[in-house]
Amino acid sequence: MVETAIRTGALDALSARAPAIAAASLRTCPPASRFNFRGRPEAFGPAGEAFGVALPQTACRAASESGRHALWLGPDEWLLIAGDGEAAEIAAKMESALAGLPHSLVEVSHRNTALEIEGSHAADVINSGCPLDLSAKAFPVGMCTRTIFHKAEIVLWRIAENRFRLEVWRSFAAYVWAQLEEARREYGA
Amino acid sequence: MLVIPCPYCGPRPELEFRYGGEAHIARPEDPSTLDDEAWGAFLYLRSNPKGLHAERWRHIHGCARYFNVVRDTISDTILASYKVGEAKPDMDALARILAGGPRAAAGEEKSK
Repeated sequence: MVETAIRTGALDALSARAPAIAAASLRTCPPASRFNFRGRPEAFGPAGEAFGVALPQTACRAASESGRHALWLGPDEWLLIAGDGEAAEIAAKMESALAGLPHSLVEVSHRNTALEIEGSHAADVINSGCPLDLSAKAFPVGMCTRTIFHKAEIVLWRIAENRFRLEVWRSFAAYVWAQLEEARREYGA
Repeated sequence: MLVIPCPYCGPRPELEFRYGGEAHIARPEDPSTLDDEAWGAFLYLRSNPKGLHAERWRHIHGCARYFNVVRDTISDTILASYKVGEAKPDMDALARILAGGPRAAAGEEKSK
């Protein structure tokens, strides 16, 4: 008998019964390949070249190139996001480009799950559990950062004026979802 | 809540940080040559001043970097924030800024 692995997203059950609220719509993102990259400055260039996105050197900024994203997390640390199933290819390519350069490349594809919140009140919903200033001036489009949402650590990324992506650890995902759901109920019809 | 200026990420809310104790305490080069008293002093004796205090903070839920901050322990005014390895700022000069009141200190931050 062939055993088939069935992949279940951490938020599938919750998102299936989420109400539609246009001012702050909440949805899960499709599965993705993710890496945490750390290294010394000599490794930044080759790593970005092999991944396909030059690693942003400005603090708290994300860069994207044909479906791949590099998010600055620290002065020597990035979160790399690519399409589902591309992890093995990326790892092989980066490892060969970085041969001889001290670095760490850890696959965290299944550690995180991602969700997006979009709408005119998206920032207000995030601010229900995160004290960062999310005005367009202090937190412009393209800015990303690790921060705290209620009691859970998240990576917050402003993709567009009214659209944020949250990278959450899988085991915290249901908690974060429930807190967002609670906050956005206020903006329901 | 304190707003702590991370030298990498800029001003951030206090709950993203963890406190790391007094800054600029160098580990003895050769601990085996120390007597118990000197080793105990390195481990446990801290200055605990009433006034300006150079201390370590870690932006654990941000860039995850350690850095140093000079904070007034009376008013919690933060007068300086600098990367690990950078020299300790002139504490007397900071004390004079502080004597001008927390508002003068904030003005000094802005003019930088």
